[in-house]
Amino acid sequence: MIRNIDARSTLLSLLILLAGLLIWQVTTYVPDTGPVGVELSQAEQDSLLGQSMPAEDIEYYASQGVAFPQLEQIASLGLSRDMIDAAGGIRALGISVPEQGSAPAPGSLFPTPVQIGTELWATITDPFYVAGTNDMGFGIQMGYSLARVAIGYTLAALIAIPLGFVIGMSPVIYRALDPFIQVLKPISPLAWMPIALFTIGDSELSSIFVIFICSIWPMLTNTAFGVASVRADWVNVARTHELGALKTAFTVILPAAAPTIVTGMRISIGIAWLVIVAAEMLVGGTGIGYVVWNEWNGLRLDRMIVAILFIGVVGMLLDAMFAQLQRAVAYVE
Amino acid sequence: MPKHFLSIENLTQRYPDGQGGELTVFESASFGIDEGEFVCILGHSGCGKSTIMNILAGLAEPTSGAVLMDGFAVSGPSLDRGVVFQNYSLLPWLSALKNVTFAVQARHKDWSKAQVRAHALHHLAMVGIKDGAEHRKPSQLSGGMRQRVSIARAFANAQKLLLLDEPFAALDALTRGTIQDELIKVWSGTKQTVFMITHDIDEAILLADRILLMTNGPYARVAESVEITIPRPRTRDEIVEHPNYYAIRNHLVHFLASRSAGMAGKPGEPTPPIETVHIDRTTPAAVGPGGDAPAEAPLRAVND
Repeated sequence: MIRNIDARSTLLSLLILLAGLLIWQVTTYVPDTGPVGVELSQAEQDSLLGQSMPAEDIEYYASQGVAFPQLEQIASLGLSRDMIDAAGGIRALGISVPEQGSAPAPGSLFPTPVQIGTELWATITDPFYVAGTNDMGFGIQMGYSLARVAIGYTLAALIAIPLGFVIGMSPVIYRALDPFIQVLKPISPLAWMPIALFTIGDSELSSIFVIFICSIWPMLTNTAFGVASVRADWVNVARTHELGALKTAFTVILPAAAPTIVTGMRISIGIAWLVIVAAEMLVGGTGIGYVVWNEWNGLRLDRMIVAILFIGVVGMLLDAMFAQLQRAVAYVE
Repeated sequence: MPKHFLSIENLTQRYPDGQGGELTVFESASFGIDEGEFVCILGHSGCGKSTIMNILAGLAEPTSGAVLMDGFAVSGPSLDRGVVFQNYSLLPWLSALKNVTFAVQARHKDWSKAQVRAHALHHLAMVGIKDGAEHRKPSQLSGGMRQRVSIARAFANAQKLLLLDEPFAALDALTRGTIQDELIKVWSGTKQTVFMITHDIDEAILLADRILLMTNGPYARVAESVEITIPRPRTRDEIVEHPNYYAIRNHLVHFLASRSAGMAGKPGEPTPPIETVHIDRTTPAAVGPGGDAPAEAPLRAVND
């Protein structure tokens, strides 16, 4: 039955994906009209052939919209198409040809799924190239973002979990710190950015600080709550076995509060990943958030969408990591 | 007053009653327990049995009074006093075996891992937790199995005093009977001093050497100490045939049903001493010093 549900839900997901992609493709697809070809009369063709211009060249230039007078000019040069191309094309030789067709240049309209797919493939196959400060592989940019999140988040965990432990154990400290936590917690992480930029100066450190400050609160409050609500019976078990404070903390309170603590960590990593993208848009330079902004500025919507897709996938993987951890520490009462 | 292994002296417990006043749960409770004795305490809810238990365990502080064990005042919890809680109090993230090794390690810090494990497995097997059941988490065990683990955990540490707080209250009658038998079996091998709270009269008669009867609260007091004059080893189906069984049982029922309500102490009055009740119908004319064996004919007492 469960296998059946799995199969059916997977099938449904695929159908929804296909339908979505199809609608996207249909609504964004604009046929590439290309240049308007020129019809040559038989006499004109014979005339050009007479000037020893190859038939296939005549056909090619006509299809590119080059009219008969210009074709005669090309024929008078007596150069093959390869040689003209080597010289930079017919325009470089001073022969005026009509503008290329009326189709819009690719990229200036919303990209189709097919264009995205092409770009996605290019990105996946070459994620680590460096072609300049503004043109690096998504792998490298993602690495910058992940490193910032890892540093800011780890610092936050190192402070929030022990502090949350103390707050959870002591009602006095809990009440003393509660007003500060309540005021600082709802501040948007990006509102910290100006303070960080002013006091820290360095944009790299500032974005790490913003990750730190936004991931600390869920971990702090969840740890405090988890520790405070450990069942008295379990603490009594530790007491009747004469366990010391440290031993009690590690063998009874930590495992008992672990599911709540890890839930806080999972919320925090989600927020940290949301915030890093916004922070990098703001400070610029490197990172996947900067990529989104940079590609938007360059109107490379296809690359931008690929970057957004990567942000989603990495966020999902981070969340799955903590879901795994959550399962590992869960227990049934 | 003779020296007891465990002596409870003038224990008083008062709580604020929430309206600015005080609620005296019990006042000047004093009694003693000898080494190796199995004592049950019976009384209605609210008479402070669990509070006494928590004070003995060192988990709560009395308003006044003292508990002496082996001549030393009890302060705070200790490995010398093991507790079996009504709700098992197993750590749910540890397997049954780990719950026991956790306790054994706390007591025998110098033992090797293998030694601790073997000791724990031995005690779990004694209460019938074996053949893979020892590796299950408490949530995967039935209520009876969980309480078995809890009992194994307590006995594995061979404390001087074992405190049982209504250990079988949450179990169905059949399981309760089986585990009572196992408890007697394990206890008769160790002869530890046991103090047990229960609501179940038959359970108390089966297990105890002596039953303390508490009056209703507030100002509850230990009114009587009833000796269980039925020789050991006892089994559930044999003790009901003993001539003393229904005599004792009727006395207890009578106390709990009608007398306990009127016997509470009164504020300001000195607490009367505990009356010792000795009921023995095996020899004619042997009526205990308490003398207040029930006048009405017990249903099945042979000698009546």
